[in-house]
Amino acid sequence: MAFDDAYSALTDHDDDARWAYGTGFSDPLASVPSSVPADVDGADLSLYCLMLGDDALILSHRLQEWVTRAPELEDELALANIALDLLGQARLLLSRAGVASGASSLAAVEDVLAFGRDAAEFRNVRLAERSDADFACLVGRLLVMVTWRLAAFDRLASSRDPMLAAIAAKGVKELTYHRDYAAQWVVRLGDGTALSHSRMAAAMAELLPLTGELFATHPVEARLAVAGVAVEPVSLRAEFDGVMAQVLEAATLDPVLPGPPVAASGEGAGRDGVHGPELDEILREMQSVARAVPGGVW
Amino acid sequence: MVTLAELGVVREVRQDEDTVVVTVTPTYSGCPAMESIRDDIRASLRRAGFGRVDVRTVLAPAWTTDWISESGRRKLAEAGIAPPGPAPRRAAGPVPLALVARPVAVGCPRCGSAVTEVVTPFGATACRELRRCPVCREPFEHMKEI
Repeated sequence: MAFDDAYSALTDHDDDARWAYGTGFSDPLASVPSSVPADVDGADLSLYCLMLGDDALILSHRLQEWVTRAPELEDELALANIALDLLGQARLLLSRAGVASGASSLAAVEDVLAFGRDAAEFRNVRLAERSDADFACLVGRLLVMVTWRLAAFDRLASSRDPMLAAIAAKGVKELTYHRDYAAQWVVRLGDGTALSHSRMAAAMAELLPLTGELFATHPVEARLAVAGVAVEPVSLRAEFDGVMAQVLEAATLDPVLPGPPVAASGEGAGRDGVHGPELDEILREMQSVARAVPGGVW
Repeated sequence: MVTLAELGVVREVRQDEDTVVVTVTPTYSGCPAMESIRDDIRASLRRAGFGRVDVRTVLAPAWTTDWISESGRRKLAEAGIAPPGPAPRRAAGPVPLALVARPVAVGCPRCGSAVTEVVTPFGATACRELRRCPVCREPFEHMKEI
């Protein structure tokens, strides 16, 4: 039994105990009915799940970097928990992406997608990969990312893809307290000392102009929105702006105009695999063991 | 011991000809215990003489602490973990933002004091927070309502 002996628990899995990826992980959607609705394009659905899954995977990695570096132990716990929730969402979405693209072996599909792709194949928005200069930048960026994601997931809970709907409905509960955590910190720093206020203000002034990418419609999103599977990002704008205004006001920060919509597709767009050196840096670390010892078992 | 059924993680158990089909659901999306849970269910059923076991996962409807049974809540409290209160109900419209933590009345599982305070809303696992009782001065964990 897994918990009788801590050491045997690390090795007693008779399935696929590859330590590079954690112990005993297998398909997180094991035996979940997984067919794609007949009139939905599998390739599009797969790409869309990659976009949402990569946002979570890369943001989760950036949050994990703060463990042992956060200002207080309580915040390390918070960031680690939020990172774990996002990693869980990423696993489900990457698995869904694999199923939708017709992958033959599902047990390893999430690992192949997370550890086997190069930067140009990642579909996250560039805001997800940004490194944080200080804690104010971190909580500001987390607020932006999860406010967008919560608004999106709340709508995706009624997606015509039943799996995406289930992942989203579950994620809404988690993203609700992620957003509360980030918003409460932005208020605490903004409405804090002169120093914390100036650093929070600087962080938001730098971040909000970069949010344009979140609201531009990618052709995949446009096609799937028509099919009732995806949401048009522009439809999230009012809710996003409302939450930001509420937080900034409570934080005594100037309302900052978000950036103009930028093209979601083509040159410079994370959704099309165009990323900065910061994603390379993340992947070098995140994929190092998996690439050094492919399929390694300890 | 609190069982998986008492936690509401086991959603259904049925016999399908010669196979026992068990349906489970994760508590949180990233719950790292899911694989152990599946392994434990398979092992327990094999020990009980059921050779063919199929453990399936469902994600919808999403797990809620409201599914923890009365006996599960009692056992949690006996183990020093304050059981969750009713899960928050959501009104229509966008998910409301909480700029201050919503107050939740949690009694002390050790001395029974009605008023306790949060030490950290994020604990050792996704489902628990750390609290402190001002009467008996002991820290304890509380399973968060979700």
